[in-house]
Amino acid sequence: MTAPLHDTSAETPAPVSVADVPAKAIEGRSPGRIAWMRLKRDKVALTGGMVVILLILVAVFAPQIVSVLGHPPNEFHEDLIDPDLGTPIGSFGGMSSEHLLGVEPTNGRDVFSRIVYGARISLVVAFLAAFVSVAIGSFLGALAGFLGGWVDGLISRTMDLLLAFPQLLFTIALVSVVPNSLWGFEGSGVRMGVLIVVIGFFGWPYIGRIVRGQTISLREREYVEAARSLGAGRGYILVKELLPNLVAPILVYATLIIPTNILTEAALSFLGAGVKPPTASWGKMLSDAVPIYQDDPMYMVVPGMTIFITVLAFNLFGDGLRDALDPKGS
Amino acid sequence: MLVYLIRRLFNVAATLLVVSVVTFGIFFAVPKITGSDPALMYAGRETNETALAGIRVKMGFDKPISEQYLTFVKGIFVGRDYDGGTETTHCEAPCFGYSFKTEAPVWETMVDRMPVTLSLALGAAVIWVLAGVATGVVSALKRRTAVDRTVMVGALAGVSLPIFFTGMVAPAIFVYSLGWLDVSNYKPLTEDPGAWLNSLILPWITLAFLFAATYARITRATMLEVLGEDYIRTARAKGLKEGVVIRKHALRSTLTPIVTMFGLDLGGLLGGAVLTETTFNFQGLGTAAVAAIGQGDLPVIMGVTLLAALFVVMANLIVDLLYAVIDPRVRLT
Repeated sequence: MTAPLHDTSAETPAPVSVADVPAKAIEGRSPGRIAWMRLKRDKVALTGGMVVILLILVAVFAPQIVSVLGHPPNEFHEDLIDPDLGTPIGSFGGMSSEHLLGVEPTNGRDVFSRIVYGARISLVVAFLAAFVSVAIGSFLGALAGFLGGWVDGLISRTMDLLLAFPQLLFTIALVSVVPNSLWGFEGSGVRMGVLIVVIGFFGWPYIGRIVRGQTISLREREYVEAARSLGAGRGYILVKELLPNLVAPILVYATLIIPTNILTEAALSFLGAGVKPPTASWGKMLSDAVPIYQDDPMYMVVPGMTIFITVLAFNLFGDGLRDALDPKGS
Repeated sequence: MLVYLIRRLFNVAATLLVVSVVTFGIFFAVPKITGSDPALMYAGRETNETALAGIRVKMGFDKPISEQYLTFVKGIFVGRDYDGGTETTHCEAPCFGYSFKTEAPVWETMVDRMPVTLSLALGAAVIWVLAGVATGVVSALKRRTAVDRTVMVGALAGVSLPIFFTGMVAPAIFVYSLGWLDVSNYKPLTEDPGAWLNSLILPWITLAFLFAATYARITRATMLEVLGEDYIRTARAKGLKEGVVIRKHALRSTLTPIVTMFGLDLGGLLGGAVLTETTFNFQGLGTAAVAAIGQGDLPVIMGVTLLAALFVVMANLIVDLLYAVIDPRVRLT
């Protein structure tokens, strides 16, 4: 490969593995194990990964956490609001041992429990939308790259077309034309379903392009030729020979599309196209903070920092995972 | 070259055709399925059946969807007439119809709103390209130093911050705490250049910060990859000065993916910087579209969506043409 020739000595990491290995017998390492060993050394990525796991746990156990540390997310506490200003009584947006992250302006709902419940919406939408993108994108991308010809032409043109759509406007528009109850679901359930499908659908061309490019370069490799010369069918080559090599880029992309989805969901909620009130959502909290943030800055800082930390954690983990799975990496 | 251009322009037209059909389908077909009536959306709630029937005829809602679509497209190129029974209204080309809510011609509304979005997007673009590419290059050249780490931490924070949050934090710091700037609504450049600049500085910084972070990350990664290429070694081996190697050889190939991204990003923003406009309360194309969606103002939604798509495909076309200039290996065929 084209290793950089200039000043490589400074970039070579300390020969930890060499020092550790001699005592043991030499053993083969699978690509997965190599990646895991690299990831274990990457403290920043591990921290990101741990924050992600913590957030998932918070979302899963939201009712339990809130019953111990907070108040029901839709319970009003008007007695904690200054009747003249509409802002919470006390410093830092009314933070106290009773209300860990303060209370909302105007009607005094507990910010902590709304953040905790908001994590559910944010993560469920982001993960499932990522799943939709990955499913469609890998399938169609691999198909386009593998078959080529008019199939490739059709799929590639479709991807170009979708990228030309004003996605945010379209998503808001689609969310607003879908009725309130659909197929037996109502209210926020319908909204979440629509958000997942629409965000996921507009995300697939990005992963489709990556998978298509990878498939095209893998298709001509010797081992694929070997399989073909042994009489393997197209389906076998696609599933058994190509797919295992596509797992790494798909996995990396999936971890990096989740933070994007979290931001998109928050943006849609901010613009009023997210889940319906009173369901708690981080983006909605920020849009509620717009008219009052000069008087009650904490109500803006808390959801803003929550989104920031969540997205940052996913990005750190995704970056680390990409480096760990990079075959050119050290 | 000419054949290439014609083929690409054909692609642009095809893309716009599909976008318009899909948009039209969604906004005029979905209301039918869900049982809402465009005539009612036009008239508002307090109306009677006779008035509704008149509106249906005037706006053409009584015709099949395909015919309504053709009338709409025809209106863009040659204009169209609205038959109101007693009097006929003529709408000059390019006719995108009239807003359901304000009755203003959609094209004029878009032309009115355009300078706001244009000022916002173009100004921010200049800042983010310069800042993003410069920090990315410096970061790559000073790899694994304190400078590099600081830049990359900042860039990662930048891509993880929602713009509607930084859009509140920036005024909170620069206006309300430090008092360096003051916050104001958009002022037209033609009226008062000073006020125009003053109204745009914060939105520019906020918007540019987000994009500069992305560009710094991509520039650094691409630059490092390019610096490992054989031709850079060759350039160094033949005794070129390091500055020349970086500027003439490395930077040029680093810019290729940046130009692609820039085309898509700027094209997307010109069709409405929805979040930034909303946060700073600017009356641009993006806020026009969001308001229109909220009110079910179909003609405005159609107009802005089509305009936004036009910006994206045109930006893509220009980028591909620029490739031939930046990258000598590219041949347009």
